[in-house]
Amino acid sequence: MEKFSILTGIAAPLLDDDVNTDQIAPVMPGRALKPNYAELLFARARRRDDGSDNPDFVLNKPQFGQAAILATGRNFGCGSSREAAVWGLLAFGIRCLVGKGFADFFRENCLQNGMLPVVLPDETADAFAARVVAADGSAPFTVDLGAQRLSGPGGADIAFEIPEADRLRLIEGLDDIGLSLRHTAEIAAWEARMARMQPWLQAACDRRLTNGRIG
Amino acid sequence: MPQTLVDKIWDAHLVTRRLDGRDLIYIDRHVLHELHAPHAFEKLEAAQRPVRRPDLTFAVQDHTIATLPGRGDDSNPQGSPFMKAMREGSRRNGIRLFDLGDPEQGISHVVAPELGMVLPGATHAVPDSHACTVGGLGALAFGCGTTELEHVLATQVMALKQPKRLRVRAEGKLGPQVTTKDLALRIIAELGVSGGRGYAVEYAGAVVRASPIEARLTLCNLTIEMGARTGLVAPDDTAFEYLAGRPFAPEGPAWEQALAHWRRLPSDEDAVFDHEVTIDCDGLEPQVTWGTDPSHTVAVTGRVPDPASVEDASRRAAMLKALDYMGLAPGTALAGLPIDRVFIGSCTNSRLLDLEAVAAIVRGRKVADGVTALIVPGSTSVRREAEARGLDRIFREAGFFWGESGCSMCAGGNGDRGKPNERCVSTTNRNFEGRQGRGVRTHLVGPAMAAAAAVTGRITDVRVLASGAP
Repeated sequence: MEKFSILTGIAAPLLDDDVNTDQIAPVMPGRALKPNYAELLFARARRRDDGSDNPDFVLNKPQFGQAAILATGRNFGCGSSREAAVWGLLAFGIRCLVGKGFADFFRENCLQNGMLPVVLPDETADAFAARVVAADGSAPFTVDLGAQRLSGPGGADIAFEIPEADRLRLIEGLDDIGLSLRHTAEIAAWEARMARMQPWLQAACDRRLTNGRIG
Repeated sequence: MPQTLVDKIWDAHLVTRRLDGRDLIYIDRHVLHELHAPHAFEKLEAAQRPVRRPDLTFAVQDHTIATLPGRGDDSNPQGSPFMKAMREGSRRNGIRLFDLGDPEQGISHVVAPELGMVLPGATHAVPDSHACTVGGLGALAFGCGTTELEHVLATQVMALKQPKRLRVRAEGKLGPQVTTKDLALRIIAELGVSGGRGYAVEYAGAVVRASPIEARLTLCNLTIEMGARTGLVAPDDTAFEYLAGRPFAPEGPAWEQALAHWRRLPSDEDAVFDHEVTIDCDGLEPQVTWGTDPSHTVAVTGRVPDPASVEDASRRAAMLKALDYMGLAPGTALAGLPIDRVFIGSCTNSRLLDLEAVAAIVRGRKVADGVTALIVPGSTSVRREAEARGLDRIFREAGFFWGESGCSMCAGGNGDRGKPNERCVSTTNRNFEGRQGRGVRTHLVGPAMAAAAAVTGRITDVRVLASGAP
């Protein structure tokens, strides 16, 4: 996973509350096994019924074509747990989201993919969003994960909180599966213990095939 | 120290605490589907990581599978590559797949309970946000993304932060034609779409205790719609009776041993929850959504709310946007709204109990002119049983499409979709913009309410229809 340290880039505002993953990465007719995730991103909002680009959608505006930061509202990424929502944002070039809160599944998927979700208190988030709107893509913002600080045009630097473990995971670009695989011996020990204590959990047998025997 | 149901399951499944402070929670049963699993298989194989416990892993074809009777691999050309990749990935990794043509194929959240793969006190993972459905049997279930699915395949654990504890008590008694679907929509309306974030929800109270398992599965299904990752009901005799004799449930001495364990699972009398909510169900009416998220819910006797009466600017803006999309004006009565399409199905409401409720309304009636009405059973087993009871004949004679099992129009991943501006009454879980097709206006309801809409061509209070009043 790509490490996250300091990111400088254009910030775009998408400030609706409760933006769901069906909006971010819709299940489109004709979706391929490996879709073009950049095309998939907000596919319904970005294109009109006739297939042409919707010039009013924020990510279609020329000043936000290179956006790397997205200012968001409350509960961004709610709904389905589909990871394509994060892959779509990454494919567009977005590496950091700054808002009032993210849905649990979506936030987990961000951490799995080197995407930084920054949560700010409501008033601070509103102030940051206002600066993003005012900048209108004319000057970049900087996110420093090491210093836990946001900076950019229109005001003072903003400090943000993030759980230390999540911060380290992003900074080090840690492979989550690799982290857990270090505990293989403990997993095996748990399995052996559970096979004695609750044997029905360690054996998922179709009794019609095993003639009624478990284990 | 007194413990909640979730605490007990959590502690029993805690393998260790990882360096970063996350708990490694062992996953007893893992059920995959074709929309996400092929991607995870590919990544796993590229990293040369084997599947740790194929014997605890199962797979279904549900999201992209066609529902047309007589369907084949290519009936939905877009689904075909997903289904083939699922089949090949399952074979390579030694995972049992409930494939197209299998007598037990169906939606994962329907198949796993009915086969007894889901057990009280067990942990369960599915790469789908409605994994929480199976909490209805007292299992602790987690949805997940694709990387987490890969994680479970490689390690058989999930790396989680312990959720906070929320108990929702549903007290009183549900009236005629009022179901746990209505209760769930009411809970979401009261708590909001992010009100459950960070919590595991335990559903309790007289209404839950009196509900059959299928109704509990419906209740737990909608847990994610208030932002909580999981929800469950303490197992009791209703759950044990449901599970006894199912193919994957233990039997003989193992069953007796399991039963003794399961009886100790309910939350201790004095267990402490971080938050508690009580819903009074006396007087609860059938619910209908009017907007574009499941919290946009009113009683069928109600009217579309007026955004002008809402103080929060952001909520007001969202309501205006929703009304615009739905083609509705504030103050419009929900009952009487003309509709174009009805979909009965999905992991929320596609079980035999649901289909019986639909049949009770449809019997002797016809689908209204101009309405397209689909019924898609949640599993091939449900379909077979419904046919054995003659329900399919009632549906077909009334003019319903009677499909093969799958997720179908819930998310439209198999090509079953509505047309722009169609008003669709649906027993599913999400009324998001565009989810059932571009421009489709979804109203979520329970199964009998959907049946009433189909036969009258309007949103209709099923209590009035069922009572025979004009």
